[in-house]
Amino acid sequence: MATLHALANPARFLRIARPLTAPLFWVGVALIAFGAWAGLAWTPPDYLQGESVRILYIHVPTAWLGMGGWSGVAISSIAYLVWRHPLASVAARACALPGALFTFLCLATGSIWGRPTWGTWWQWDGRLTSMLLLLFVYLAYLALARADAERGGDGRVPALFGIAGSVLLPIIRYSVVWWNALHQGQSIGLTGSSIDGSMLWPLGFTLSGFTLFFAAIVLMRMRAMIAANRVEARMRRMAQGGDMPA
Amino acid sequence: MNHWAFITAAYALTLAASAAVAFASWRAMRRAEAAAEALRRP
Repeated sequence: MATLHALANPARFLRIARPLTAPLFWVGVALIAFGAWAGLAWTPPDYLQGESVRILYIHVPTAWLGMGGWSGVAISSIAYLVWRHPLASVAARACALPGALFTFLCLATGSIWGRPTWGTWWQWDGRLTSMLLLLFVYLAYLALARADAERGGDGRVPALFGIAGSVLLPIIRYSVVWWNALHQGQSIGLTGSSIDGSMLWPLGFTLSGFTLFFAAIVLMRMRAMIAANRVEARMRRMAQGGDMPA
Repeated sequence: MNHWAFITAAYALTLAASAAVAFASWRAMRRAEAAAEALRRP
């Protein structure tokens, strides 16, 4: 807990975030490139799905980060409401756009994968519909956070929305268990996978690569928001005549 | 049905959208930090 509070100091956070941003980004890009190349060129086609199974290497990481992004929004929102630290609010807002992006990419790549596999672009089954709802929740959060910031709000309303929206995460997770539809059941778990190792291994690279890439984007957006807040605070002080530039 | 057209579309869309968000985030960060630095400098 003390470490969390120490990191919540913006100056200390920036001292860690600045040197981390570029390495996270480039290592992430390298892992994605290697994993995608391996998935496209080195792994065998699936006996049932054929070549289209190669979409797995980008579809699974985007699904993971779509849900992971909202977990970031929810955890940061709880931290903001409990400790009232503005950095937690910044972190929640910074997770929202990349989270929405990856949720959209999950839906789009899943739809593209569905056409040759299921014979349809879209099906209103539990997994697809709950994921689409998550995208709408992201868009609503982005609009709400923007409106709150523009009207000088204290960030409590977006934080409450961030926590309320997390009710979707277990629904998405268990949708393939509760409703038996077109989307396949869980094939990768903490204890093992039903996917053969010869096809599974590049997924580790793209999954970790996209996660680092996501983290780099969150850090960039947090740095941008912190800098913008500093400019705004300085301008306000200057307008009040209490902090004239030298 | 040729699966490679679908695979190419999925990878191209992911690459383009990820690159666009990364570039927009990087540019926003550079601009904001430059503005903050310009105000801080005497």
